[in-house]
Amino acid sequence: MTKSAEAIFMRLLRGVYTEPFAAAQDKLRECARNDVKNLVMKTKTILQNYLFVLPAVLIFSIFYIYPFYKVFTLSLCQWDGIARFDFAKNFIGLRNFIELFQDKIWWSAMLQAGYITLIALTFQNALALMLALACDRDIKGGNIYRVIFYLPPVLSEVVVGLVWKWIYDGNYGLLNYWLASIGLSNLVTDWLSNPNTALTCVTIIHCWKGFGWGFIIFLAGLQTIPRQLYEAAKVDGASSWQMFKSVTLPLMAPVFMLVSILTVLGTMQVFVLILSMTGGGPGYHTEVPVTRILASMVRSSRFGYACSQGIMFGAVLLAVSFVQIRLSKYMKQA
Amino acid sequence: MLSLFIIFLSVFLVSCGPNAQNKEQVKSIKVWHWMSDRENAFLELAKRYEKETGVRVNFELYAPSDTYTQKVRAAAQTNTLPDIFGILGEKRDFASFVKSGYVYDLTEEINKDQGSWKNKLFAKALGVNEFEQGNSFEVKPGIYGISIDVTNIQMLYNKDLLQAVGVDNPPKTWRELVEVNKKLKAKGIQGLVSGWGETWMIDCFASNYAFNIMGKDKVLDTIRGKVSYADPEWVEVFDLFREMRDEGMLASGVVTMVNKTAEQLFANNRAAFAFNGSWCVNVYKGMNPDLNYGAMLPPKVSDRYPMTIWGGAGSSFMVNTKSKETQLAVDFLKWMTDTPQQVFLSKETQGLPSNKDSLRDIPMVLSQFASAMDNTTHPNVWGVSESPLVIETFDKGIQSIIIGEKTPEQLAREVQKVKEREMAKKTVN
Amino acid sequence: MKEGMKYKIERFLKDSVIHILLIIVSIGCLFPLLWMVGSSLKTQQTIFSDMSIFPKNPMWGNFYLAWTKGGFGIYFLNSMLYTVTVVFGIVIIASLAAFAFSRLKFPGKNILFYMLLAAMMIPLPGSFVPLYVLMTRLHLINTRIGYILCMINVGLSFSIYLLKTFFDKMPVELEDAARIDGCSRLGIWWNMALPLAKPAIAVIVIFNSLNVWNEYILATLIFSSKNLMPLQRGLMIFQGIHITEYSLLMAGMTITTLPIILVYLIMQKHIIKGITTGVIVG
Repeated sequence: MTKSAEAIFMRLLRGVYTEPFAAAQDKLRECARNDVKNLVMKTKTILQNYLFVLPAVLIFSIFYIYPFYKVFTLSLCQWDGIARFDFAKNFIGLRNFIELFQDKIWWSAMLQAGYITLIALTFQNALALMLALACDRDIKGGNIYRVIFYLPPVLSEVVVGLVWKWIYDGNYGLLNYWLASIGLSNLVTDWLSNPNTALTCVTIIHCWKGFGWGFIIFLAGLQTIPRQLYEAAKVDGASSWQMFKSVTLPLMAPVFMLVSILTVLGTMQVFVLILSMTGGGPGYHTEVPVTRILASMVRSSRFGYACSQGIMFGAVLLAVSFVQIRLSKYMKQA
Repeated sequence: MLSLFIIFLSVFLVSCGPNAQNKEQVKSIKVWHWMSDRENAFLELAKRYEKETGVRVNFELYAPSDTYTQKVRAAAQTNTLPDIFGILGEKRDFASFVKSGYVYDLTEEINKDQGSWKNKLFAKALGVNEFEQGNSFEVKPGIYGISIDVTNIQMLYNKDLLQAVGVDNPPKTWRELVEVNKKLKAKGIQGLVSGWGETWMIDCFASNYAFNIMGKDKVLDTIRGKVSYADPEWVEVFDLFREMRDEGMLASGVVTMVNKTAEQLFANNRAAFAFNGSWCVNVYKGMNPDLNYGAMLPPKVSDRYPMTIWGGAGSSFMVNTKSKETQLAVDFLKWMTDTPQQVFLSKETQGLPSNKDSLRDIPMVLSQFASAMDNTTHPNVWGVSESPLVIETFDKGIQSIIIGEKTPEQLAREVQKVKEREMAKKTVN
Repeated sequence: MKEGMKYKIERFLKDSVIHILLIIVSIGCLFPLLWMVGSSLKTQQTIFSDMSIFPKNPMWGNFYLAWTKGGFGIYFLNSMLYTVTVVFGIVIIASLAAFAFSRLKFPGKNILFYMLLAAMMIPLPGSFVPLYVLMTRLHLINTRIGYILCMINVGLSFSIYLLKTFFDKMPVELEDAARIDGCSRLGIWWNMALPLAKPAIAVIVIFNSLNVWNEYILATLIFSSKNLMPLQRGLMIFQGIHITEYSLLMAGMTITTLPIILVYLIMQKHIIKGITTGVIVG
């Protein structure tokens, strides 16, 4: 538009006025119309783009934003979850959070969840990756393995809890039986009641149940790497380790980040397994944040405090994920 | 692709359709309960009631109890409670429900006709659902719930295992218990098993011995804050657990055991003693009908005060004040606690009825439980309640003593510290 | 020749080691499943005393008993309905949104995406009560559609994030080519993005099917009518306050686990297929 206006203006300036005024005006109008049309088109496009995300955003706002807002306001109140709620009456400001910062049991529960997460990030995902790599090659019976490795996540937590409890049982469990039969009876102990081993045992079970997830996501990612790249590398004489380093790693980087974020988020929120195996005991040794929140909510009837625990938990997870994303971006550049 | 879309759309529309809620012309009341084991018995009772009175009773089951609690509380917030429901949890939660106006006051109905309803029930059955004059929860005094059974928690002993070490009579004192355990240990038999992974069970055991060692008044005074938890008699209570650990009297894994696991072990003759409630009769029968066992009070430590056990109302129901059919609901509860129904329930569930006249045809062990009802007490009838954080420190601390992480003196000091913090909070408010 | 032999031996050893590893892990995975099936064939009395995996007198009738006692008929249909609709809903809604976040421009795109991401990172354990109150006010309580919408929300953040990761890897040149050919955005989404992200969609289908199929707490809170309840509800019948009917419970669990395994079997083929249609040129 501006170009045509400029041209006309220049012509006027030069005094060379070949076209009649009306025609010039028409051209101006057409330009304006085109511009409006473009603007309308642009807005229409943007509005249509919004339509793509509309259903997601709608559902999200109703079922997440609103409860989140409620939990946030409740965290500033003292409420037992039963009495008629009156915001003005129950408001206590940041007292819940102040108490939370000093709550030793809460922070040790956090650390314990963190311990499980660390092990999951390293061992569980390493195992998942190895298995995915193994199944990615055209190996005999690959299909069967793929099915079997996904069985643990499919099983319900109740079954997992019951079976592993039996395996770990101090007197009649399979683990102690096997240890004794291969002559390691000095290692026999009551795995789930011994404060030194309880947490690690629960961790092992969680990893066992969880590696199937990493496995299928890694496998899906590996499958999207075009075979030609591997073949080209082989022609160039690369060994499997070199192929892994130069082809697999860089292309799988976003998938690695995805899996590590999901692992952290999923593992920190573990609780059904804990409840069915140890109930948080012995003492407080296998407590995790979510079991503490449930205890505050249902057993101690401190709803406001439970909400503040929830918010604090979310903040910690958010911070950890943020750090993870930053780290991976930094590594990408390196 | 299009076909898939059509399938999806039709499925979607079907799910949006009416949800099979026909308008009932018949008068009906709704009951929410959590007792999966009794669902069949309840459905049978509902059928009988409809035949007798024409009123339909809809029993709806929501399990497990934690989920049930959440559902009831959520429904209370939206005024969508059913006609009859139960309140699980501590007395302070019950008080909160009553104060917020969700629970119908049954005192008038109970006392009607010179107390005809009241006199049918065990006094202990009423106590748990009653708020007395001057209670610390500031609830208007009265009876707000009705229990359909009673229970108490005692010690069980395996007759066969004890005879195998030459013990014909179960131990009556703590010293005897320790001696018997030495014999059991020599033969490789486990001593006491109980679901002490569930903290309330530990609380119960400790409380029983606290009553025995220092008497009811001192225990209540401790809750009121007048006596310290670091008092030597409390240390004596904690020390019992240390002794059990040192003498190897406890079954392995007791601190993370849920009651159900403990029941399995005892039923399968793998432990000589158990600490469990009267509901165990039904459980043991299902797992091992040949189990040869009996019930007894926990062996006393001191002779100064009586050994008291926890007992009283088992499962209770309350009526919703906002219900449109309060009279129908009350009538149904009256009927459920009437003799014929109580006899039926007691037989079906092998439990103790709340109705005095219904103790018939019960197995021997159950009558042993019934005879101990006079020794019972329950936190809900004390009129004061301890703060949940103190209870948690107390219970989890005992678990720590059992696994050797704390000494009784340490725990006593810790509990007192938490108690002082909680009492300070109360005065600030 | 020697070189060839050495290579073959090396390869054989490598493969054997890998096979051994795979077999060990497989046994670890299969064991609980076998124990579950074996336990469903035992009786209540022998379930903890009988240590063998497979009992001598298998009680096949337990499966029938579990089905009838648990009232599985209607619960099964309900669970299937919820799983199918929720998964379908999530695939459509999440892929549309992920496509927009990955490929389209609109103001506030980043903010919205990070908010959705934050939802994944800020869990709300205990948001049940506000959710319950909200749904009662919207008259969605005790309705199928209410539960379905709730469950769609549960799986949304993760699905959008996963799909966006896969959509980002889609080559821009192909998209530009399609656009020049006059393909609409919706067309690109349907014809290009979805097929290319098949492995990711398969993962989402499996993940969300599992979530919905095993979900229990929300279902108990939201539903009051028995005929709306899903399968997990039926399993609860076997877990009484004092008595758990273990063999029936295990039988019930076996029944509930089978369909999910089926879904996985079907979906895992798509994870394998990946890109085979030669869309990518090198």
